[in-house]
Amino acid sequence: MNRITARRRHPLARYAVLLLALGLVGGFYTLVAPPGERADAAIASGRADDVAQGKKLFEQSCASCHGLNAEGTAQGPSLVGVGAAAVDFQVSSGRMPLANPGAQAPRKPTAPWVNDETIKQLSAYIQSLGGGPTVPSQETVDPAKGDKAKGGELFRANCIQCHNFVGSGGALTQGKYAPPLHESTPTQIYEAMITGPQAMPVFNDSIITPEQKRDMIAYIVGVREEPNPGGAGLGRIGPVTEGLVAWIAGISLLVLAAIWITAKKRQAH
Amino acid sequence: MSTGTVPKPIASTSSFIDDRIGAGNFLKRNLRKVFPDHWSFLLGEIALYSFIVLLLTGTFLTFFFKPSMGHVVYDGSYEPLKGIMMSEAYASTLHISFDVRGGLLMRQMHHWAALLFVAGMMVHALRVFFTGAYRKPRELNWLIGVGLLTLALLEGLTGYSLPDDLLSGAGLRITEGVAISLPLVGTWITFFLFGGEYPGEDVVSRFYSLHILLIPGILLALITAHMILMWVQKHTQMPGKGRTNTNVVGAPFYPAFMAKAGAYFMFTFGAIALLGTFAQINPIWLFGPYSPADISAGSQPDFYMGFLEGSLRLMPSWEINFLGFTLPLSVLIPALVPMGIVMTGLALYPFIERWVTGDRSEHHIAERPRNNPHRTSIGISAVTFYGVLWLLGANDEIAAFFHVSLNWTTYVGRVLVFAGPALAYFITYRMCLGLQRSDAAVIGHGVESGVIKRLPSGEYIEVHVPPNEAIEAHMRGKTAIPVIADTSADGGGIPPKGMRGPLGKLRAKLSKAYGGEKIPLDGEHPHEEHAAVGSGEDDKSLTRH
Repeated sequence: MNRITARRRHPLARYAVLLLALGLVGGFYTLVAPPGERADAAIASGRADDVAQGKKLFEQSCASCHGLNAEGTAQGPSLVGVGAAAVDFQVSSGRMPLANPGAQAPRKPTAPWVNDETIKQLSAYIQSLGGGPTVPSQETVDPAKGDKAKGGELFRANCIQCHNFVGSGGALTQGKYAPPLHESTPTQIYEAMITGPQAMPVFNDSIITPEQKRDMIAYIVGVREEPNPGGAGLGRIGPVTEGLVAWIAGISLLVLAAIWITAKKRQAH
Repeated sequence: MSTGTVPKPIASTSSFIDDRIGAGNFLKRNLRKVFPDHWSFLLGEIALYSFIVLLLTGTFLTFFFKPSMGHVVYDGSYEPLKGIMMSEAYASTLHISFDVRGGLLMRQMHHWAALLFVAGMMVHALRVFFTGAYRKPRELNWLIGVGLLTLALLEGLTGYSLPDDLLSGAGLRITEGVAISLPLVGTWITFFLFGGEYPGEDVVSRFYSLHILLIPGILLALITAHMILMWVQKHTQMPGKGRTNTNVVGAPFYPAFMAKAGAYFMFTFGAIALLGTFAQINPIWLFGPYSPADISAGSQPDFYMGFLEGSLRLMPSWEINFLGFTLPLSVLIPALVPMGIVMTGLALYPFIERWVTGDRSEHHIAERPRNNPHRTSIGISAVTFYGVLWLLGANDEIAAFFHVSLNWTTYVGRVLVFAGPALAYFITYRMCLGLQRSDAAVIGHGVESGVIKRLPSGEYIEVHVPPNEAIEAHMRGKTAIPVIADTSADGGGIPPKGMRGPLGKLRAKLSKAYGGEKIPLDGEHPHEEHAAVGSGEDDKSLTRH
């Protein structure tokens, strides 16, 4: 104890304390935070009939978790009957192939072998196994053809309890979360609704018709592209960032002003 | 000041007024009133000036706001809501935001001013608490302040609910949940407030009357009383050179303090205008109209209600059945207990402290926080308690942003809400004593001069010099905290009145722990710690040759 006390005025002592504190915070964070993502190895793809080619891709990149015939293993669910829409959603958003099993597969840059062609082949293979929802046409998901106001009502009634009022995302239980919708393409939004990836429920066509889905897409895309008329959007997550700004910008600014004003003294004559 | 002749128009006008209302005498006495100078004394003015901005912008908003829950179809210029059914209140707020010139700026300034109003009150109250400025004779003004803070929270709650958007509706739903959970009267109060089953048709217009008439009226009256009392009792001052319990050292109200206060008003107004211009607040058009069936992720109250949100989120789902009545403790406890602890604690603290210390004398010199370690520790504990609840009110945003498990934020919060304040108390107490020790060292041995000397023996030492006058006077402003004298030894073992019985014994014990002088400024210091300093003094005698 005495040796530490003796050195507490050492010029480096404050840096040592700072480093220790930073180390503790960082260490604690790495303990609590779920592991990050890592890039996958590249696999080149050749030319053949879509289903056969898709099966090849599947065996190379997916079979280790989903089983050689997509029947599922302890690591991954069966893909029989999930449909082409599920494949397109998961692979085009970079969620699959999964880099690291965690609470939830995060959106990430796609694997190097992924392109429109390979996704189509893989989708064709999975579709051939047991059918399921298919990839929607461009017209079905065109935001320009939807009604924003109607879509907004449906969005508020069905989506915002997890995705937040403008789709900024939110937390779910046990490290799961509803992702922000800022980067989702109209096709991906549609596919997510019909396939219900991860923690999301399925909104099939009898619950929300394809036209209504297009209205919702129009609202989501329209609102996220709309500028913030009131200045900086502060993340569009509501009062939490507003409170932070009030204290960090507002009160700090006024405290500095108070210090400056009272530092002004009448000069002695 | 020069005593040249006063121009006739001014002279005759002023004597006309003076002859009729006798203001000259009043002004002569009060314009020269002296105000002490310290930056922290301006913090309360943040709240005062924000309140003025609130009155101005609020008046503007009332010109256009329609406090009605009648249904209309929106037909304004915000396209994504066109043709949607909504209340008139929400439609008129959209109208203010998009179709009234300057309306959005006014709305945003009103909201930012509201946040700064409450935040300003909080920092002001903390300054008053930690410097003991609430002590006799200022206890009543402290109570008025606590009343103001409570009313400000209520004013914020009612204002937050007025636009009738989806976010404010979520807050209103929680208010309803709390009201209905009250034993015996809950159902009645809820039906009275909402005019029937939730959400009813009345709550917006009722909150409107409260928000623009009743509560601001009481706030204005209490703020006036607060200012008059402060004026009459004079402001406390920091300990320092020439400052005593019977004088005030500082600048006169006119012209120096008036200029400073005026400048500070401009700063506050400017900060609010800047925030209102560059930072979007409460974008109600993004939230959508209120519907009891909808709720958004990340629904939060404004920051000052965050601690109640946090306590609600931390609470386990307890519910008991008492004589056939359901008591939803999972709502009652988080809604009432933290608020009760914080507000009642604030209101009672001056009186509890007086009871413990037996201190009946007047105090006009502020106490440095380190010099009353138990008070400072209690204050920091309370701040920690409040802070943990406040933080956990945003646990979903924390979980989403930092990628930690939502469940774990709750578990950690449940421990922290008890462990945090205890830990904070201990750490603060040790820090206060450490700072007192450092003051005593400065008084006893001076400050390091930066001059290194070599003694004839070859030893190097740093010369210590006495602290400058102002610093020494500031430190010497420290007084011992009063303790109730224990005269039982003189009275043949009989404790004095007020210290008998279990309560009296507790009081005596508390008094002994709370009061007294823990680290005397001019006391004995352990030798080994200041060995170099001792040689420094030797050195001074050497250099005199």
